[in-house]
This record gives sequence, C-alpha cells and structure tokens, in this order.
Amino acid sequence: MQNIYKPVPLKRHFLTPGVMILIVLAFNGLVFLALRLIYGLGFVTNLDIQHPWGIWIAIDVACGVALASGGFTTAALGHVLHREKYKVILRPALLTAMLGYTFVAFGVMVDLGRWYYIWHPLIYWNGSSPLFEVGICVMFYLTVLYIEFIPVVTERFIGKVNFKGLLKFLNIPIDSILRFLDRSLSKTMFIFVIAGVVLSTLHQSSLGTLMVVAGSKMHPLWHTPILPLLFLLSAISVGFPMVIFESLLAARSFKIKPEMEVLTGLARMVGPLLFVYFGFKLGDMVIRGTYVYLEVINTASVMFMIEIVFGVLVPLRMFFSEKVIHSKLGLFIASSFVILGIFLNRINDFLVAYNPPYAVKSYFPSIGEISVTVGFIALLVLLYRIAIIIFPVISLPSRDLLPKSKYEIKGESK
Amino acid sequence: MPNQNRRDFFKTSLALGVTVSGLASGKLKAETPKVHPEDRMGVLVDTTVCIGCRSCEYACKVAHNLPTGSLESYHDDRSVFNKERRPGEEVLTVVNEYKSNQEFPIDVKVQCMHCEEPACVASCIVHAFTKHKDGSVTWDTGKCIGCRYCVIACPFQVPVFQYSKALQPNIMKCDFCYDRTSKGLLPACVEICPVEALTYGKKVELLQVAKGRIKQKPDKYFDHIYGEYEVGGTSWLYLSSTNFSNLDFPKLGEDPAPATSESIQHGLFRYFVPPVALYTLLGGIMWLTKRKENSEEEE
Repeated sequence: MQNIYKPVPLKRHFLTPGVMILIVLAFNGLVFLALRLIYGLGFVTNLDIQHPWGIWIAIDVACGVALASGGFTTAALGHVLHREKYKVILRPALLTAMLGYTFVAFGVMVDLGRWYYIWHPLIYWNGSSPLFEVGICVMFYLTVLYIEFIPVVTERFIGKVNFKGLLKFLNIPIDSILRFLDRSLSKTMFIFVIAGVVLSTLHQSSLGTLMVVAGSKMHPLWHTPILPLLFLLSAISVGFPMVIFESLLAARSFKIKPEMEVLTGLARMVGPLLFVYFGFKLGDMVIRGTYVYLEVINTASVMFMIEIVFGVLVPLRMFFSEKVIHSKLGLFIASSFVILGIFLNRINDFLVAYNPPYAVKSYFPSIGEISVTVGFIALLVLLYRIAIIIFPVISLPSRDLLPKSKYEIKGESK
Repeated sequence: MPNQNRRDFFKTSLALGVTVSGLASGKLKAETPKVHPEDRMGVLVDTTVCIGCRSCEYACKVAHNLPTGSLESYHDDRSVFNKERRPGEEVLTVVNEYKSNQEFPIDVKVQCMHCEEPACVASCIVHAFTKHKDGSVTWDTGKCIGCRYCVIACPFQVPVFQYSKALQPNIMKCDFCYDRTSKGLLPACVEICPVEALTYGKKVELLQVAKGRIKQKPDKYFDHIYGEYEVGGTSWLYLSSTNFSNLDFPKLGEDPAPATSESIQHGLFRYFVPPVALYTLLGGIMWLTKRKENSEEEE
C-alpha cells in the first residue's frame, strides 16, 4: 500500500521547554541589538579600525546565505528538473530559505553603520562592486522567495478567511485577493522559480568575490581568483545536506517519521557534488602551490586542515557509503559535517584569512556580537516552528487522501 | 529514468562551473592598462628631509574642522613617537618615527595614498568614493551606508569608520584638501611644512624630481620611489634612505588593487549575457523535463 504525502499544518502546541530556551536567547539578542542601535557599533562589538567585519558578516550573512542554499538547489531539482519524488521537501526548503534570507537582511542591516540607508544601493549603483551585486541579488531573491511562498498561504486560507467582529467586512475582499493571486501565480510561477535559481547562483558566487579585492591582506590558502566558483560549488554541495539535517531535526522535534526514501535520494547526490567542490579546491591549491603554507603549524594552517578534513573529506567518504545514507543517524552526522565544513569555510575566508597590515590585536567576537547572532538564529527557529504550525509546509502520509489511481485499478502495487 | 536525470543534473552543474571558471580566469588579464592624464597632481614626500615636527597633523585638523591643541603642543610632544600610530576617527594624517643607523631617525607621514585605480572607488556598494581629475579620492557622506567594505578593500588600510557614533558615523580619510586645491590653494599639510619635505605638483614632474634626487645622491637614497608602480601607481610618492619595508610600507604588486575582482564582475555581467544565458538554459531544461513528464503520463 502506497502512502500519499501531502503538506498539512502540523497540530502541535507552540510552547515546549525547548521553545522557552529559544525565547530567552532571542530576547537576550534583542537587548544587545537595542544597545547597538542606541550607542553605536563600537559599544557592542569588538570591531576596530583594522577589523571592519566580524561575525555579523561572517556568520549572519555569509553562513546564512550559504546554509539557505537548500532553497535554490531543491527548486532546481524539483521545479526545473521536475523530479516528482522530491516535491515533499520543496516547501520546507523554501520556508528555510525565506526565513534564512530574511535574517541575512536583518544581519546586514544591524551591521551597517548607517542602517537606515539600507535602501541606498537601489538608487546609487556601482556595477564594479561585488558587494553591490550581492546586495541587489539578495534583495530581489528575498522578494522572489516571498512570492514563491504565496501559494502556500493561498492554499491555507482560500475559503477560510474568517475574521470576527469589526474586521468582518474584510473577509470577502481578502478572499478574492487570495484567489486572484493563486490564479495568476499558478501560470507565472515558473518565471519566479527560474529567476530564483539564477539570482542564487549570481550572489552565492559574488559572495566569494567579496574578499578577492582584499588581495594583499588575505592568507594565500584562501585567497584565489576562483573564490566565486568555490563559493558557488560549496553552496550547491551544502544545499541538500542542510535539507536532510532539517528534515531529520524537524521529524524528531515533531515526532513524525522522516521520508527516508527521499532523503537517501538526496544524499546520493551530495557525494558527487562535494567531490567536484573538493576537486576544484585541491586543484586550486596545487596550481597556486599554496600547500607550502601547510608545512608550518599556525592558526591558518590548522583551520584550513580542519575545514578540509572534517568539512569535506569525512562527509565525502560518508556520503559514498550505502550504509550511512540508509541510516537516520548516519545521514544526520554526515550532513552535520558538511554544514560544519561550510560554516568553517566562511569564517575562515572572512575572518581567519583576513590579516590587516597594522593590527595590534586580533579580532574575537564580543559577548554582544555572539548574543545578537545567537538571538537571530533562535528567532529564526521560532518563526519556522510557528510557520509550520500555521501553514501546510511539512508533508505527512495520508491514506484518506489516496486517490484511486489507474495502477490500483489494474491491481498493481509497489 | 532517475539515473538519466541525475546525469543531466551533473552535466548541467559541471557546464555551469566551467563557464564561471572560464569567465573568471579568461578575463583576468584582458583589461588594458589605463593611461593616466598628464595633469594628475601628486605630492612627493622626501622622508630624508622630514624632521617630525608634526605641523602637518595640526594643519590638517584645522583645515578639516577637527578638534586640535595648539601648534606648539605638536612640536614639543615627542612621546607620541614611542608607538606606531595610524589615521583614526578624528585624525586624517599622522607622522611616525623610525630609528635608523644614520645620524637622524626617519619620520614618515601617513595618509591616504590616492591610488590611480582605487580599490575603495571600485568596491563601494553605493559609489560613495570618487576619483577626481586632479587625482584626489574623496568620500561622499550623502551616499555612504556604513558597510565598511572600503576598509576591507584598501591595500594601505587607510579609511577609518567612526565606531563611536550611533548615528551618521563617517568614513574618515584624507581628501587631498579637495576644497582647498579646487580654489587654487595648496593642501594644508604641504603649505605648513617648514622644511619642504612635501612637494605638491604634477605627478609626471614629481617623478622626474624624485628620479633626479636619487641620481644626484645615490648614497643618500634607497633606489625606489614608493607609489610609482605600487597597485598601479599612487598620487602620493615617497623617497627614503632605507628599504620601505623597514618603514612599515606594505609590500604590494604592480597590479591595481581592484583589478581581479573588477574583471570578475565585468566578466559576469558583460552585456548581462551570462545571467540571461543561464536563465534561458534553465527555462529550456524546465520545458524539456516537463514535456517528458507529460508524455510519460499519457503513455
């Protein structure tokens, strides 16, 4: 008997002990955020004249963008390549990307000295700036993600808009707006889906171009003209592991059975993708001869080795093992390693590799910086939980919904 | 059937990777070096002449309405030389002193070098930096959003962000006294210098002067004009009696600092061809797979 998976809002209580902890962390972050807005960047952060960028850029923005890549990789797989099997993971991945990019935008904003001018790049263009390209693409992609999410909202609320009391007169207009959106988007969605994939490849790679200009200040282990390509390849490799990681986490948290068949299918693609990334990374190292920097033991060489061994080689081996990709625990560990690897890579590229010439001390994030970053992550998880309780995002097997297909009539079964 | 699709997927991603890498490597050296106009201005700093009186620091602050003590306090206080200083939130230029094996210590004035092809101008997200005809590089407070990418980009680590301000923090850097020079005045530091360690003039002529001095007194000068070729040339040029690495000048190549990232950006967006091509490619794949799926359903 085959189960049909259909996205449904999950009927769960919002408040759990874990949620309470997240709320405390989020509140703590917001306190430090308020201090930053009132007293300025210097008051809350450890940034200085020599170190202009800290973890708010390296983690909130660079890691945030990379780890939200599940959105465009699954869109390419499910919508562009029409792989029906993977339809069930599209919505969770979309939601993650949407929330992830929202917090990337917030992350950028609090890091800007003049945060209230965040709209300036829309007016003052600079085509030769990679940062301009990242900024514009992220703005457009965020819009595309919200548009892609509209059908989830219309599906949930069409015919169910039911305000009580004073707002009652809004019921019919809102319902017709939803119906209009649903109708027009069902025909045009492919435009946005492809735009989303193109915008993603553009800014994922340009995020790598950012540090190319810092040339003389960058450690040669990371500084290469193919940084944009490495960033794009690593973002593509981390997309599916991130989806697997989240699915397993959500399944555990909501006590539902993970769709192992789908996850194993995704996992089969991770190995080759990681292999291509590793190939370029290794090739770049050999061509530029940077392996000489690994002969000395210092922060840079140790961090590079950790990144490569635990972030690329270990998961590469694991994803090629049949035993691992068929086991929940194995998949979870292997995916965690890939995520760790990309996380380290972004931190290495933006912070460890950056050596300003006149620095008197090295940078380490302050309590305030860590609090805001952790607070944002906590808020993101909370919003994710709220969203999957309200909207039909997570797919559950449902026998009631099983249509009478022609296979059944013929008596075939799988 | 699934295998077929997966292979397609890899082929696509591989093709994509090759395209991107081709763009990145192919265009790197393609840009021709720009010829700089003859009337670019510059300053020649002769560190063998400088006496470390720090009058320039004082004049700079006065010219830019920054808080300052009396001129005498700058002459008298030699203790500031005990540690290396850098331009800061309210200081656009500083003089550092280095011990030497000769009779006198070496004093070096530090400020923006005003690159011929500035990394800050190329990198700024909102084009808040401008390279003017006379060579000066200035910053526009009306556009800046405070992202500090200029600080990352600058090879000389010159722009300073005002971390102490919650509202309207500025990027502080020497503006080559653009307001003064456009009125026919000398830059404040050049005007006040009592020993003529600083010479303001056309850059081509300054290079001749510098070369002449090295030729006349080869024993006195280290045979290198810092700024002639570094990062594609800078408006400020330095002469010294010792190797510039002893004076904490960064060792830089002759390629303009933003050359590589600029050619990647321009390569990726040449007439918008790569993004549009990718869009079309994906659209095509989408249409093909959809058709395949439909025909399978009909079977």
